[in-house]
Amino acid sequence: MDRALTASERIRLPTRPIYRRLGDRLFQIVVVALGLSIIALALLLAEVLFTDGLEPLRRFGFWGFLTGTTWDPVRGVHGTWPFLVGTLITAIASLALSFFPAIGVAIFSAEYAPRWLAGIVDTIVDLLAAVPSVVVGIWGIFVLVPLMQSHVYLPVYFWAFENAPGLLPVLGPPAGYNLVTAIIVLALMIVPYTTALARDAIRLVPRSQREAARALGATRWEVMRMAVLPYARGAITAGAILSLGRAIGETMAVAMLVGNSNTLPFTFFGPAATMPSVIVNEFREAVEDLHLASLMTVGFYLFLISLTVNLIAAWLQRKLAVGGRSL
Amino acid sequence: MAVTAPATGSAAPPAAAPRGLATVTPEHLRRRYRRDRFMIGLLVLATAAVLVPLLIIVWYVVSNGISAVLTFDFYTQDLGSPARALQGRPTGLGHTILGTIVVDALALLIAVPIGVGAGIMLSEYPDHPLNPVLRILNDTLNGMPAILKGLLAFSLIVKPMGTFSGISGAVALAFVMLPIIARATEGVLRIIPWSIREAGLALGLPRWRVVLNTVLPAARVGVVTGILIAFARAAGEAAPLLFTSFGNNFFSSTPLRYLMGPVDTLPARLYSLAISPYKEWHAMGWGAAVILLVLVIVTFVGTRIVTRARHATDL
Repeated sequence: MDRALTASERIRLPTRPIYRRLGDRLFQIVVVALGLSIIALALLLAEVLFTDGLEPLRRFGFWGFLTGTTWDPVRGVHGTWPFLVGTLITAIASLALSFFPAIGVAIFSAEYAPRWLAGIVDTIVDLLAAVPSVVVGIWGIFVLVPLMQSHVYLPVYFWAFENAPGLLPVLGPPAGYNLVTAIIVLALMIVPYTTALARDAIRLVPRSQREAARALGATRWEVMRMAVLPYARGAITAGAILSLGRAIGETMAVAMLVGNSNTLPFTFFGPAATMPSVIVNEFREAVEDLHLASLMTVGFYLFLISLTVNLIAAWLQRKLAVGGRSL
Repeated sequence: MAVTAPATGSAAPPAAAPRGLATVTPEHLRRRYRRDRFMIGLLVLATAAVLVPLLIIVWYVVSNGISAVLTFDFYTQDLGSPARALQGRPTGLGHTILGTIVVDALALLIAVPIGVGAGIMLSEYPDHPLNPVLRILNDTLNGMPAILKGLLAFSLIVKPMGTFSGISGAVALAFVMLPIIARATEGVLRIIPWSIREAGLALGLPRWRVVLNTVLPAARVGVVTGILIAFARAAGEAAPLLFTSFGNNFFSSTPLRYLMGPVDTLPARLYSLAISPYKEWHAMGWGAAVILLVLVIVTFVGTRIVTRARHATDL
């Protein structure tokens, strides 16, 4: 195909075979090596977390460490159950809290708002995703916690004290740093992810879907509910699960606000802990080898949970994104 | 008009319509319109509920941190011991800002070539047998909590070196950036039409020149945007830095120490200032938050400007 040579190529002719073949070969080798390094990195992450956390796994067993409720570095007994519970509670509750507002914003920006307003809303939502976790954390410590403590935790606690003493063990002591604070902050932090993914999904729904519903005389909301949302359902669900993954891995803001207690049972207003928060809080102070290894093991379990959540989301995306199936 | 029509002859067509549209009576219509308006109200409320907190956070950060940020010492002095702040002697986060620049720049230096290279592999060699694996693992890596990448950098670099170091912090941040850059690069390279590559190949250019001289320049804006997004994400991460670059209250004595010794970074310092018991340090923490927020917002606005410029030239 390159028999008809141009003038500029004729000039390069003597060097061409090397230039072409060796260059292509080298380039491909370099590019594939760079790609391979990402593969290696992902495998290395699993391998390092596993081998560095092997000692506790050996001592307590895979299920023993998972379901162990005692975390006592002094006695050398470690189990990740309290942190697992804390992680799951905060992540699921924050997703539940943020899901409908997030979908609301997505619908508003994709369907209702005029273009200029949609642009502003999208920008602010994307910006919210970019706010560093520690910045949210310092705001939580100095603004949200005092506010919640004086206006929510204490009043509710005193109300329960007078009227419903049965609730007290569930509510727990009204410390400002607690599960509820962590859940609120987490919800705030994962909203943009759910919103962005839902927004894209809604925008991808073909016009004909909407026009068909309009032609039947549907109101705007009925168009959304009957024609658009069912079509985008799969992608929205996948987005929510990806957000759940974010919430599970979110570290700094939670570590700063959750209160850090490593004994069950957790209460709503009492301190708790999550898997990332215990790693952050104890890793630098861990002197015992077993303590350090146990934190690595917690990291390994966190890896497994994140992996599962991400794979589920990817699977859902592939399975449901094709076209939302029929109503 | 519409009142009488359905009342007399509401036979075949409405029955075939989806549920909710079947019977059209004035009262029914009114209820549907009312629900429509109600939902609009609800959506506006949801939007406000999501957007207002961001503005509140930004407002609090700026109003609490502005006084610290506007002093000269904040940029030129190092932190020192708490006594310095308590006694009102000059103290600042100059070493932190310097450390952040070193660590972030080094992280970019590591992550950009690898990430862009992996992106090229995914888009330019689509039939490479390892691509499906790479794509899945890259997405997996992207979904992994940043703190785990910090643990990895700790095991790979801090442990063998025997000391916390700027390098290990940069590597940890590079782990955060890598999958984002790779993914963004693949995405933008794929948008470039194959006809451009074919045009290059038809001129007799070898494949690597086609990629480097026609595809990459055409996708330059998108690649840069991906890098900026990755940077904004990594620059705010504190978790992976706490046990890699660790922290330092002073300027390092030699430039080499910024790479080989413990180094302060803004997110990690912000964390330790916020949980410290000193009021003066809290104020500096707010100041660090302002700088971090400005850094992230500037990067973010940068991506917007860059992409907008591209759209302008497209038209």
